[in-house]
Amino acid sequence: MHLPGYVNNVATPFFVTGDPMIYASDVLIVLTLVAIVFVLTYFKKWGWLWREWITTVDHKKIGIMYLIAALLMLFRGGVDAMLMRTQLALPNMRFLEAEHYDQIFTTHGTIMILFMAMPFIFAMFNIAVPLQIGARDVAFPYLNAISFWLFFFGALLLNLSFVIGGSPDGGWTSYPPLTEWPTDPGPGENFYLLALQISGIGSMATGINFLVTILKMRAPGMTLMRMPMFCWSVVGASILIIFSFPALTVALALLMIDRLFGAHFFTMLQGGNPMMYVNLFWVWGHPEVYIVVLPAFGIFSEVVATFSRKRLFGYASMVASIMAIAVISYLVWLHHFFTMGAGPGVNSFFAISTMSVGIPTGVKVFNWLFTMYQGRIRLKLPMLWAIGFIPNFAIGGATGVMLAVAPGDYQYHNSYFLIAHFHQVLIGGVVYGMLAGMYYWWPKMFGIILNERIGRWAFWVFNIGFYVCFLPQYELGFMGMTRRIYVYPAGMGWTALNLISTIGAYLMGIAFVLIVWQVLYSIRFPERDVTGDPWDGRTLEWSLPSPAPHYNFARIPTVTARDAWWAEKEARRRGEDVQKELRPLEPIHMPNNSGRPFILSVCFFIGGFGLVFEWYWLAILGGLGVMLCLLLRSLETNTDHYIPVEEIRRTEAALGRL
Amino acid sequence: MSSEHHEELRGFHGIHRGFPWSHVVGLVVSLVLTFAALWLVQAHAMPHGLLLAVILVLAVLQIVVQLFFFMHFLESYGPRYHVTSLALAFVFTVCIIAGSLWIMTFGGEQTY
Ligand code: HEM
Ligand SMILES: [Cu+2]
Repeated sequence: MHLPGYVNNVATPFFVTGDPMIYASDVLIVLTLVAIVFVLTYFKKWGWLWREWITTVDHKKIGIMYLIAALLMLFRGGVDAMLMRTQLALPNMRFLEAEHYDQIFTTHGTIMILFMAMPFIFAMFNIAVPLQIGARDVAFPYLNAISFWLFFFGALLLNLSFVIGGSPDGGWTSYPPLTEWPTDPGPGENFYLLALQISGIGSMATGINFLVTILKMRAPGMTLMRMPMFCWSVVGASILIIFSFPALTVALALLMIDRLFGAHFFTMLQGGNPMMYVNLFWVWGHPEVYIVVLPAFGIFSEVVATFSRKRLFGYASMVASIMAIAVISYLVWLHHFFTMGAGPGVNSFFAISTMSVGIPTGVKVFNWLFTMYQGRIRLKLPMLWAIGFIPNFAIGGATGVMLAVAPGDYQYHNSYFLIAHFHQVLIGGVVYGMLAGMYYWWPKMFGIILNERIGRWAFWVFNIGFYVCFLPQYELGFMGMTRRIYVYPAGMGWTALNLISTIGAYLMGIAFVLIVWQVLYSIRFPERDVTGDPWDGRTLEWSLPSPAPHYNFARIPTVTARDAWWAEKEARRRGEDVQKELRPLEPIHMPNNSGRPFILSVCFFIGGFGLVFEWYWLAILGGLGVMLCLLLRSLETNTDHYIPVEEIRRTEAALGRL
Repeated sequence: MSSEHHEELRGFHGIHRGFPWSHVVGLVVSLVLTFAALWLVQAHAMPHGLLLAVILVLAVLQIVVQLFFFMHFLESYGPRYHVTSLALAFVFTVCIIAGSLWIMTFGGEQTY
C-alpha cells in the first residue's frame, strides 16, 4: 500500500524529496564530506590515507577499519531506533508517516544485523585471531582486504538509498510477494538486494579466510585443543558462514531476477512460490544469528577467564557445545515461520530441535559461572559487560524456548514479545559481547586503555536502559501489540508501557554518547599500556607489545600448553629459568600492500548501483571493471616481500623487546 | 627451502605452475551446464517430470565439476580436512534439501 503524498518512493526521482528530515540529512552529509575533504587536504593526509589504510593488507588495520565502520553503523541503526521509539512513545503520534516508518524499521534491522553485527565480529576476528594463534597475518591477506572493501561498499550502497532513490521498506527479511516488482516498484528493494549480495561475497571470503588461518597457521605446538576459546568460536562461526551464506545468495539472486528480469520464482503467478523465499532466507537466517553470537561467546570465555584469574572451566565441553550449536543450527530454521502452515509433523520436529539448542548453550553459561566461582574477580569494563550479559541471555534464552513451542508461537508470532526476545539476545548477547571485546582488545589495538570511570557510567546507563526498554515489550506483546505498526490508538492500555520503553531506548542512546565521549576523552588524556599485558592476560596476544608491530611476532613462539602466555608467566613466577629466545632473527616474509581490493570493490559498487537503477550500461561497465581487476591479479607475480633482519632488530629495540 | 611459516604463506606467492588449463576447462564446463539447464527449461524441451529429472542430473554434475576443477578435490596432502569438510557439507546439504522438500510439500497438499 502506498499512501498518496508519500509516493516519492514509487515515482523514483533520483534524489529523495519531500521530507524535511531528509533535506536536513542531505545538508549534513554534504557538510561532512566537505569537512573530510578539507581536513585531509589541509593536513596533506591523502597519501597517508591511501598508503596506510586503503591499500593495507595488515589484519590489525583491517580490524580497526571494521571496528570504526561497525560503530558508525551502530550509530546509524541506533538513530533509526530512536526515531521509531519516538514515534511509538504515545498513541496517534504524527512524527513519522507510515511509509517512512516502514523504511526505518527495514534499514534499522538490515543495518544492525548485516552492517553492524557482522563487521563488529569481523573486527574481533581480525584483531585477535592471528595474534592468538601466533601467526603473522591471516592465510589470505589480499582476500581479507577485498572482504573489508566489499563490506564497506555494500554498506555504502544501502546507506545511499536514504538520499538517492529511496530506502527499502519490505522489512529486513524482504519477503515476497510484497517485495516483488509490481507491489514494490522503485529502487528501494534493489538497494537491499544488491547491498547484501555485495557484502555477502565479502563475508563468505572472510569465513573461508579465517577457517584456513586457524586450521593451517597455528604456531608450532598449538594443537587444536590448546587454542584460545575465541578461536574455537571463530571456527564455529566460519563453518556457519561457509555453509549458510550460499542460501542467502540464492534467495537474493532469485528475487533480483524476478524484479529486474520478470521471472516468476516467488510471484503468486505462473507457478511461483513466495514461501520458497521464506524457506531459503531462514536457511541462512537462523545460522546467521549464531554466526554473530558465537564470537560473542568466545569473547566472554576469554574475558571471564582473564578477569577471574582462572583457567576456563570445562574447556572440552565448551568446544563440544560450540560444535554442537554449529550443527544443530542447521536443523531449526523453520521456527521463524511456524505459522506458514507446514503441518504438525514439521512444526513438532523443528520445535524440538530448537529447544535442544538450549542444552549446549546452557552448558556454556554454567561453564562461565563455574569459571568465576572462587575466582579472584576484577570488575574491569570487559568483565562488567560479560557479567551483564549473563542475566540478559538467561531471559533471552527462556523466552526463546517459549517461542519454540510451536502452538504458543501462533500467539507470540510477530508480536512485541518476539521483538523483545530477539533484542534481548542480539543486544544482550552480541552487542554486549562485542563491547566487551572492544574494551578488552582496545589496548592491543591502540596502546591506550579506555577511561574506566566514564565506561562504568556508560555500562550502567545502557544496562538499565536496556531492561527499561525491552521488558515492557514482552508485556505489550501479550497485550496484542504487533510488530511493524507505526501508530496505535489510545485506550488499548499500551500507552504507559510504550512510553516507558521509549525512555529506555533514550537511555541506551545516552549510553552510546557516553561511550563516544569515553573514547574521545581517552584519546585526549590517554592512559598508555606500556607493558603490552594490561589485564594480566592468558593468551599469546598479550605477550606482544601494544600495539603489535606489523609483523606481529619477531620469532614465532613455540606453544607448550593451553593459555600459553599464562603458562610462561607462571613458570617465571615460580622462578624457573624460562629459556631465553636463542633462535636468531630471520627475515620475515610479508604480503605487499595493494590498492586493487579497493578498486575492485569500487567496481562492484558501480555495477551494483547500475543494477539498482537498471542502468545496464553502468552495470556492465562495473562488471568489466571487476573482471579486469581479477585478471590483473591473476597475472601479478610481485606480491610479497621480506623484512630484513636489521629492520626487525631496530623495531624490536625501539619497543624495548630485545 | 624456506621455513615452515613461509610454506604456509605460499597462497599469495607468485609460484609458477604453467597455464591453469583445468580452471579454464572447469569454467567452460560449468557455464555449459548452467546454460543447458536454462535452455531446457525456457524451451520446455521435455515433459515436466523428465525435465525435473534432467536438470537435477545437471545440478549434480555441476557439483562434481566444482569439486574437481576448482576445489582441488584430488590434491589431498595434509590432514583429514578434506574428508571432514566433505562429510560436514554432505550432512548440511542433506539436511537443507530434505528439510526444504519436507517443509514445502505442506503435508502432501502441494504438487511440486
Ligand atoms: C538501541 C537499541 C535498539 C532499539 C531501541 C531498537 C528498537 C527497535 C524497534 C523500535 C524496532 C521496530 C519494531 C517494529 O516496529 O516492528 C526494531 C526492529 C528490529 N531491530 Fe532493533 N533496536 C535496537 C537495537 C538493535 C540491534 C543491536 C539489533 C541487531 C543486532 C536490532 C535488530 C532489529 C531487527 C532485525 C529488527 C526487525 C526489523 C524488521 O521488522 O524488519 N536492533 N528495533
Ligand atoms: Cu532462529
